[in-house]
Amino acid sequence: MGRDVSPKIDPSAVLEHETYELDGVDISGHWNRMFEQRVIFDYDIAQLDRVTDLDGGESMGWCYQCSQCIGVCPVDMVGDYGPRKIFRKLQVGMDFFQSDDLWLCTTCGNCLRVCPKEVDMLKIMPAVRKEAVLEGQVPAELQDVFEKTARYGNPLGKNAKRRTAWTKGLDIEVPIISELDRKVDVLWWVSDYPSYHPRGMEASRSLARVLTKLGIDFAILGAEERHDGDSMLRAGEEGLFEMLAEQNIETLNKYEFDVLLTTDPHAFNAFLHEYPQRGGTYNVMHYSRFLADRIDDLGLSEEVLGTVTFHDPCYLGRQNGEYDAPRDLIQALPGANFVEMWRNKQNGYCCGGGGGGMWLDGKAADHQSMRLSEKRVLEAVETGADTLCVVCPYEVSRFEDAVKSTNNDGALEVRDISELLAAAMGLSTD
Amino acid sequence: MNIAVLLRAVPDPVEELEIDGVDLDRDFLGYVLNEFDDHALEEGLLIKEETGGTVTVYALGTADEVEQMLHTALAKGADTAKMLGSDLDVVDAHGQAETFVEALTGGGFDLVLSGVQASDEIDGQVAMLVAAGLGFPHVSVVVGTKPADGSIRVTKEYWAGITADYDVALPAVLGIQTAREAPRYVAVARIRQAQESGNLEELDIDQPENGSRMTITEMRLPEEGEGAEMIEGDEEAAVDRVLELLQAAGVR
Amino acid sequence: MANDILVFVEHLNGDITDATYELLATARSLAAQTGGSVDAAVIGTGASALADDLGGADRILVADTDALGAFNPQGHAEMFASLVETRQPAITLVPYTSVGMDIGNHVAATSGQPLVSYCLSVDAGDGLSGTCQLYSGKVQADVQVEADRAVFAMLAGAASADDGRSGGAAVIENVDTAVPDLAITFIGTAEPEAGDVDITTEDILVAIGRGIESEDNIEEAQALADALGAALAASRPIIDQGWLPKTRQVGKSGLSVKPKVYLALGISGAPEHLEGMRDSSTIIAVNSDPQAPIFGVAHYGWAGDLFDFIPELTDRLEG
Repeated sequence: MGRDVSPKIDPSAVLEHETYELDGVDISGHWNRMFEQRVIFDYDIAQLDRVTDLDGGESMGWCYQCSQCIGVCPVDMVGDYGPRKIFRKLQVGMDFFQSDDLWLCTTCGNCLRVCPKEVDMLKIMPAVRKEAVLEGQVPAELQDVFEKTARYGNPLGKNAKRRTAWTKGLDIEVPIISELDRKVDVLWWVSDYPSYHPRGMEASRSLARVLTKLGIDFAILGAEERHDGDSMLRAGEEGLFEMLAEQNIETLNKYEFDVLLTTDPHAFNAFLHEYPQRGGTYNVMHYSRFLADRIDDLGLSEEVLGTVTFHDPCYLGRQNGEYDAPRDLIQALPGANFVEMWRNKQNGYCCGGGGGGMWLDGKAADHQSMRLSEKRVLEAVETGADTLCVVCPYEVSRFEDAVKSTNNDGALEVRDISELLAAAMGLSTD
Repeated sequence: MNIAVLLRAVPDPVEELEIDGVDLDRDFLGYVLNEFDDHALEEGLLIKEETGGTVTVYALGTADEVEQMLHTALAKGADTAKMLGSDLDVVDAHGQAETFVEALTGGGFDLVLSGVQASDEIDGQVAMLVAAGLGFPHVSVVVGTKPADGSIRVTKEYWAGITADYDVALPAVLGIQTAREAPRYVAVARIRQAQESGNLEELDIDQPENGSRMTITEMRLPEEGEGAEMIEGDEEAAVDRVLELLQAAGVR
Repeated sequence: MANDILVFVEHLNGDITDATYELLATARSLAAQTGGSVDAAVIGTGASALADDLGGADRILVADTDALGAFNPQGHAEMFASLVETRQPAITLVPYTSVGMDIGNHVAATSGQPLVSYCLSVDAGDGLSGTCQLYSGKVQADVQVEADRAVFAMLAGAASADDGRSGGAAVIENVDTAVPDLAITFIGTAEPEAGDVDITTEDILVAIGRGIESEDNIEEAQALADALGAALAASRPIIDQGWLPKTRQVGKSGLSVKPKVYLALGISGAPEHLEGMRDSSTIIAVNSDPQAPIFGVAHYGWAGDLFDFIPELTDRLEG
C-alpha cells in the first residue's frame, strides 16, 4: 500500500572503522560497527495528535506498547483490538474519528487497570466519540438510540408513562414519590431496562417484594424518571447526557430522600461521579450493597439449590470497587453452591453492554468472532454452574440471548440476584 | 438551488391513541416530525451540499414540538426556519396546503420538498395539494434526485422494487419517500446551540380554515384483543385459517 | 354523468394492477347504488390492448398514446383530469398507490372536488360517505362528504380484485389523445437487480428464527416461501450463524419491514426483532411456546410445531 518500511538509518550516526584490529583479532568493517542515537522510523503522527489534542485524549500519547492491555481486553479475545493496537494504528495514520475501532470499546476499564502508563480509554473514547458525534458520524444503530433517548427519555423508545407498567397488578404496593408527598427513606432509581424489558420487569418485581418484606420505606419516580445518561456520555453524546442530567437533577431536587438506590451500575456510576459536579449530589447506593448490609434481616429460609456463578459488572466491580456485596448475598442463599469464574473481580470479563456496546452489536459483529456475552456464557458454563447470577440490567437480556446462541439453552439459567433472593425468601418471582 | 422544505408535526406513532368525540384526544398527545418530512429535509440538505443555494424550512405552529423540530433542522444545516403561527389548532391537509402556498408564493423557490404523505392526511397529500396551489409540476414517492440546471432528475418508486426516472422542469414540488441517505444525526449539543442562537422566525398568521369539505362522523380504534387471535387445533386447522388470512390480505 | 363512477386504470409494462380491479369491484357496487355506469379510463402506452382486460367496466375510455412513456405523473394526471371534467362523474376512484397519489390529488385540486384518502370503503346510499384508516392503521374514521361529487383514494385490499374483472358492458370508446405540454419527461424504468432480494419491498415475508434449529431446515422454509411467492427473512440469530445473508435480517440491527403478510416461524419476539416488523399489516406467528412474546404483537398465532406447519402449508399451496 505504499508505506515505506525500509529501515532509515542516518549514515552520519553510523560509526565504523574500515579496518580495525583488537588484541590480534581482525574486526574490520561491520564487525566494529556502532550506532549512535538515531531515528529508525519517522512517523507522521498527525492522526495521533488529533486525539491527544482533545480534552481527555492526552493519555493516548503515553503508550509505550508494552501490550499488558491486550492481554486483558475483552474485545481482543474475540477480535483484534486494544489500546496498544489503536496507538499503533494512530501512529501509522488511522483516522480514528472515522474508524469502526472507535465504536468497539465497551469502556470496561480492564486496560486502564493494568496499564503502567495509565493510558485511559475511559477518557479517550468519550472524547474522540464526542467529536465524531458532533460531526454526525455515528453508527446507525447508535444514532437510533440517541434519538429515542432524547425524545422519550429512554433508549428503548418507550412511552414514559409505561415506566410503571411493571408495578401493575402486583401483590405489593410500589409507591410513586410524587403521589406520596412526603420524605422517603429510599428513592429507588429503577432505570430503563428494569422498567421496560420483560426480564428486567421480572427482576424489578422481585426486588420490590424483597424491599417490602424488609420493611423498607421506598418509592419510585415513575414516569418522571429518565435515562441516567452514563452510557450516552461514554458513547460520545455529551450534549444528550447534559440534557438528561439537567432534567434528572431538577426532578430529584423536588423530593426528599435519604438514599438514592440504583438497580443499574451505570446509573450508580453516573450519580457517584458525574452528577455532583452538575449540581446533583445524593447518597447513592447500589441495591446489591444495600441488601448485603441487611443480609441478616432478609430471612433466607427456602433452599435455592444448584451451583451459582457470578458475573462482575464492570461499572460496579472494577470501576467502583464493589465485589463483595453480591458474593455475600449469593453465599447466603441456602443450598446454593457458589463457584467463581476464572475471570473474576478485578479481572472480570465484560458482557459487552457498556460504553454504548448494548446498541452496537451490529457494528461489533463485523469485527468479532462471537459476542462478548457469548464468550462469557461459555466461561460460566465451564464452571459447571447451572445459574449465572447478575446485578446489572443490561446483562440479563445479553446473557440469555447468548445462552441460546451458544446452544446452552437448558444448561444455564440467568438470574438477577433479586430473583434468587426472592425465591430464598419464599416470595413470588413473577 | 433555493429549496423550501415543509415539515409537519404528526401524533407520535409510539403513543397509545385515544379518541375524544370525532378526533383524537390531544390533551396529552406527543407529536413528532413526520418521518417522510425528515427525509425531505435530508434530501434538501444533500441537494444544497451538491449545488449550493439555500434551504428554508417551514412548519405550522400546531404543536409544542414544532419549535424543536425547526431548531433541529437549523442544527442540521438549514439556513432559515419559519414557524407559521403558534399554538394553532390542528388543520386538515387542504388548510395546511393553503397556508404553505401563501407562505411560499413569491419566495423564489426552485424546489419545494415535503414528505410524500403523513398519517393524518384524510383529505389528500399536502405536498401534492401545495403543488396544485402553486401551479408547479409534482412527482410523489421520490426516492432519489439528481439536480441539473433548471431541472431535476428524480427517481420515483412504484412497487416490487420497480422505479422510473423523470426529468422535471423547475420550479417543482416533490413528495419524498426516502432521501438518498438516511437522515443525518445531529448532536444534542448542536440543537441546544441552535436554540440559543435564536434563528427561528415566527410569523403571525390567523388560524387557518379547514378545507376538506368532509366531516368526520365517527372515529374509533379498531377492535383489539389481547395480542394474537390464537388458532385452535392441529396443523391442518392452522393451515386452513392461514390460507383464509392470506386471501383476506390480498396476497393470494 | 351525474350517477357515474370513473375509475383510473393503473397499469405498468403491459399489466393492469390488482389495485385497479379492486377499484372496479368497488365501482360496481357503487353503481348498483347510484344507478349509474362504471367508466374506466386507461391512458398511455398499450391502452387499446389493455381495454380487453377491463370486463368490469361498462365503458372503457381509451387514450392510447406513447407520448407519456410507461407513466407520467403530470401527463396521466392532466389527461385524466380532463376526462373527469368532460364526464362529470359523481365518484372518481384512484388507488392509494405511488401512481394514484399523483393522479388523485391533482384531479381533486383542479376539479374542486373533495378527496377522501386512505379509504377502506365508499358508500353512496345517503350522499357520499366513506371509511378511512388513519395514523398507520391505529384509527378508523367515517366521513360524510359535503359535496355531491368526490374523489376517493382506495387502500389495497379494500375490495376483492376478482369481483372487478367482469360484470360490465365493456364498451370501448376512444377518447382524445392530445397530450398537454409537459414539464415532466419520462426517462425510463428500472427493474430491481436479479441479485439478492430486497425484503423491504416484498408483500409477503416468511421469517424464521431460532426455532428452525439448524441450517439444513432452511430448505423447507425456502420451499414454503417459494410456494407463497414470498421472500425468506430471518431474525438476528439466523444471520449471525451465517445461514442467511445480512440482507435478510429483520430487526433493530437489520432491516425494518412492513409487508402485507409477515409469517413469523420459530421467532420468540424479542423487542429488537419486533421493532423491525411490528408495522406489518398482518402478522401470523407460529411458535411452540404459547407465552412467546411474538404473540403479543402478532395478529394471529398458532402455538404448535413449525415442523408440522411448514410442510402442511407448502403442500396445500402447491396442491
